[in-house]
Parts: sequence; C-alpha cells; structure tokens
Amino acid sequence: MGKSINIIESTAVPVTIENIDTDQIIPARFLKATTRDGFGKNLFRDWRYENGDEQKPKPDFPLNNTAYSGKILIAGKNFGCGSSREHAAWAIKDYGFDVVVSSFFADIFKNNALNNFLLPVLVPESFLQELFELVHQDPAAEIEVNLENQYIKIVATGAKESFEINSYKKTCLLNGYDDIDYLLNMKAEIEAFEKQ
Amino acid sequence: MGNTLFDKIWDRHVVKTIAGGPSVLYIDKHFIHEVTSPQAFKGLEQRGLKVFRPKQVVATADHNVPTLNQHLPIKEALSRIQVEQLKKNCAEFGIELYGLGHPYQGIVHVIGPELGITQPGMTIVCGDSHTSTHGAFGTIAFGIGTSEVEMVLATQCLMQTRPKLMRINVEGNLNKGVVSKDIILYIIAQISASGATGYAVEYAGSAIRNLSMEARMTICNMSIEMGARCGMIAPDETTVAYIKGREFAPQGNAWEKAVSNWSTLYSDADAVFDKELHIKAEDIEPMITYGTNPGMGIGITGHVPALSEIDEREKPSFEKSLLYMGLNPGEHIKGRKVDYVFIGSCTNSRIEDLRMVASFVKGKKKAGNVEVWVVPGSRQVEKQAIEEGIHKVFEDAGFILRQPGCSACLGMNEDKIPAGKYCISTSNRNFEGRQGPGARTLLVSPLTAAAAAVTGEITDVRELI
Repeated sequence: MGKSINIIESTAVPVTIENIDTDQIIPARFLKATTRDGFGKNLFRDWRYENGDEQKPKPDFPLNNTAYSGKILIAGKNFGCGSSREHAAWAIKDYGFDVVVSSFFADIFKNNALNNFLLPVLVPESFLQELFELVHQDPAAEIEVNLENQYIKIVATGAKESFEINSYKKTCLLNGYDDIDYLLNMKAEIEAFEKQ
Repeated sequence: MGNTLFDKIWDRHVVKTIAGGPSVLYIDKHFIHEVTSPQAFKGLEQRGLKVFRPKQVVATADHNVPTLNQHLPIKEALSRIQVEQLKKNCAEFGIELYGLGHPYQGIVHVIGPELGITQPGMTIVCGDSHTSTHGAFGTIAFGIGTSEVEMVLATQCLMQTRPKLMRINVEGNLNKGVVSKDIILYIIAQISASGATGYAVEYAGSAIRNLSMEARMTICNMSIEMGARCGMIAPDETTVAYIKGREFAPQGNAWEKAVSNWSTLYSDADAVFDKELHIKAEDIEPMITYGTNPGMGIGITGHVPALSEIDEREKPSFEKSLLYMGLNPGEHIKGRKVDYVFIGSCTNSRIEDLRMVASFVKGKKKAGNVEVWVVPGSRQVEKQAIEEGIHKVFEDAGFILRQPGCSACLGMNEDKIPAGKYCISTSNRNFEGRQGPGARTLLVSPLTAAAAAVTGEITDVRELI
C-alpha cells in the first residue's frame, strides 16, 4: 500500500452513476480471498465486462474507454453505500486510484478509504457536475488535489473548491500514520478506562 | 438540555477525544465472521500482536457457508479455505467460534441477540454493515471495515467521529398485513438510500414500542440502507423479557443490576435531535422495491414512478436501474410473475419470521412457477422450527427449508438467483447482481413473500388474509 499522500495532479476517470454501492465496486463472489492484494482487476467487474467475461469489455463503461485514465476517480453522489466490505477501497486503490471525488460518500466507505490512504474528496454537487463536464469534453484535463491546503482545482481554469477533513486524519494521511499505531500507544489509557 | 439514548451510551464509552479529530471509543462486543476477518488477523501477525480481549470477541461462519449438506466438507475451494482460516485464527488467538456444526452457528446478527450476548447499553461492532441490527436492544452497533476489525482485535477500541442524531417517530396502529419490514421499507422510500447518512437514528413512537424484539431487529437492521451509522431503540419491558434466561444473559444479582442500569437508557424528554421525522403507521401499506437500491420502494398497489416524476439529473441512474430490472416507468407491478422466493437473511430469518410465513402458508401449496427457499438465521432457529412443526408446513407447501447462513441475500455461496430471474426476497439489498449476476431482487416482508410463493406473482397479501 502506497503510504502518505499530499498533492496529486492527474487526469481523471468519470463514472457519473449515482448511489454506487460496494457490491458494484467489488461483487461478493470476489471476496473469498484471505489477503488484501489483487482486487483491482475485479473493480466494477459486472459493469466492466459482458457476462463477467474479461475478453468482452463493455465499451460504454468509462474504465474501458482508453481516453480516460489517471489517479482520480470522479463518481456520482452517495458513493460507496451498502456493504461495509473494505475490499471496495482495496480494489479502487489497487486499480491505481489515490483519490475519489463525489458530492456524497457513505460513512463506512469513507472510513475504509481513509484507512487505506485513498482520499475521499467531498465537493458540492455543482462542482461535481463541472468536473464531469470538464473530463467528458477533455479527458486530458488535469486536476490537482491538494491535501495540505485542502482544495481541488481544475488546473486549466484555476476553478477551485475547498474540502473538509479532520486535522487528525489529515496528519495521518500526510505522514503515513495508521490509527492502529495511535491506539496501540494508548494501551495504558485503555486499560485504565476498563477499570473504571 | 437532556441527553439522548445515543449520548448516554456514547459518553460512557469514550476513552479520549482527540482535539480536532475523532474519539477513541471503547467496544464492548466484537463479532467476527470468515469474510472480513482474515486480513485483520494477518495484520496482527505481521505486527506481532495478540488479540487484546479475546473474551469480548465472538466468531461464527455465515457469509460463505453452504446451506445444504453442512456436514460435508465445503466443495468450493476458496470458501473452504476462508472458513478453515477462521477456525485456525480463532484457535490461535483464543476466540470462541460457533462454526459449522456448532449448535450456536448462524448469521452473526441472529445469534448475538438469541444467545443473550447483545445487551442494552453496549457498543457493538462487526465487519458487516448490518451490525445496526443489534441497536434494537438499545446499543450503539455499527459495521466496520477490516482495518477497523484489526484495530478492535488489537486494542478493543476504534477511532470514531460522533455522528449527528435523528429520531424517527412512528405513531399509531399498523394496518392489517403490514409488518415491521414494511415500516422500514416505507421510511427508506421516504428519505432515500442516503437520507440518514452521517446520522445515528433512534426509532421511537407507539408503533415501534408495540413491536416484538424480532420485529425491532428488522427495522434497525436496515438502518444502513438509508446510510445511517446505526439504528437504535430504547430498551423496555419487551427487551428485558427477551433477554431474560438466555445463554449469556446476566444471572442472579448481576441480572438485577443490569436491568436497573438498562432502565436509564432512554432519550430524556427534553433531549434535542439534529433532525426529527414523524410517520403515521396507518399511512403504510405492504411495501415492495422496484429498483436497484432500497430507497426505490413503493406500496404494493402503487406504481413505478413515471419519468415525469423523476428529477432531471437523476434520470440516467433511474433508467439504468429500470433497464436492469426489466420494468417500465409508470407500470403497476402487482400481478407480475416471479421466479424465486427467498425467505432468509439477517433481516428476516428469525423464528417469528418463519412462524409468520408458516401461519400464512399452512394448508396452501406454492405456485408451480416458483422455487421457494427458506433459510433459517441460525441452528437454534432451525431447531425451533422443527420442534414447532414449521418444517412440515413448508414441506407440504413445497418450500425448501435449507440450513443456516447468509445464503442468497448476497449470493456468495452457491445459492444464487439466475440472471434475468425475479426474486421476491425478505433480505435487505436489491443492488444489481446482489443475489447473483443479473438477478432481479424485489424486497418485501416475509408475509408478502409468502403470498407471492403461493400465487407465483407479486401479490397484495391483504387480499388473502
């Protein structure tokens, strides 16, 4: 897992569909692995391939459109709803994305993404639509996501939106820190709490 | 200003709050299963860690297990490896496992309550979004990802941001043929699949108070389907009566103390919620979903929305959904033929659900065009169904009573609905491919499912009772 993120400047892949649930991101039949690796090849599996056949990619699906590439996934509102499977975040990260931009994220997905150094960037619906339009018209358009200064910017026009992230999580992402390390260092406090 | 039920439980579990960040929340009970735990145990091994409080962790195998011939080795290699890995991990880290063959085995959200492990006032997590089920007992219970499973195994704590609070009041009496599943499908249809994202939801009101624990669990179970962090109901006499005498319920003095503690768990009269909704129970009719998220629900006599009723921006997703479902905008779906009926899942596989179905189908036969699967939520539910003769009713009706597991709710094992087929299902999700690639799911109550099993089509159960 690529640890620590800050500035990502990249082209983007637009998936305009709303309410994308984690069953679409990674169908249940691919959850039988006992490791975290290799989920990227099954990302959006049933939307990517005809009858699940890797030889028959569906040409309409953005991941199959060679014009689109990059480290930023832009998706319709309520992204990542449904099942808590962290495999969804693993699949997106493993495919090569570092950022997901949407106008609304499901809670569990957002936590899972953050725990895997996949940055969820929440933007207003109007800006999301602006991004979709931009990338549809010019797939080579560059987008800058700046975690340190908490903004997302269309490089060509300079159009910019700020995004929220709590300062604790921001520090974790910038420095490659895990929650688990923080909690392990609190063992004494946790034991004291148990005795209360 | 008074405290909410949520505040009271949350505040008792905060070990520390990080400035500008989340709180460190202590977790009382942690349920694990074979699908979302292997990578967490691997993480512990890599860090050279032990499970911090193994006695507070309970494991079962449910997502990936066959529901026929459970005494035989699992045929499918990857499923077998996952179930065996769980067994190995539990043995190595000292965790109690109710695995295949154990009399307590079953769907994690069915066994926790039925064994009396789930108790009011607790914080409960599991690597499964339907952990919200346990909130029916007045707990803060929510689903987590595998990295978080690892954190809880290692430290019994999690980093959590405090959610906003919503109360949904359902007042009045339910109409004939309307059950708790219809209440929650109605609520989700009202506020959408993302309407409660960022909120912890408390359900209140006379219609909720009048429900059994099983029925309350169905409601809390589907809280996640509107995006809620968790769903909860204040404990009352119904809760106490349900827990009393169960395997892991407190005994003797501990019981008295527990009950007195539970009696403090309610939202104070002057508690304030960030959002409050009021629903009249009599407005609810038997519900059914027509689309590919649980918010796409209508009354059984209603119609699929016409294109003119859909917001311009949402049209592409709406049309994609109907194309998948093979339904047309504006059509009435009552009377449409179905192919499968699935009665099961952590939403509706408890003994009360099976009793409800059995009392309706007794003396009736399933329609020739449908296959009907009944999958009990646990070994205990299965045993009780047999003791009560419910299995005979199903057998006579031509239903197949299978063995406990998540089964066709998520189609991870071999219980899949074929592509293009319609399945009337008591489960919780109608997502594309959820019950198998290309499968078309219509979510309903156990009663509406039983009616469809008998008629072979989408049916208004009120016409048959």
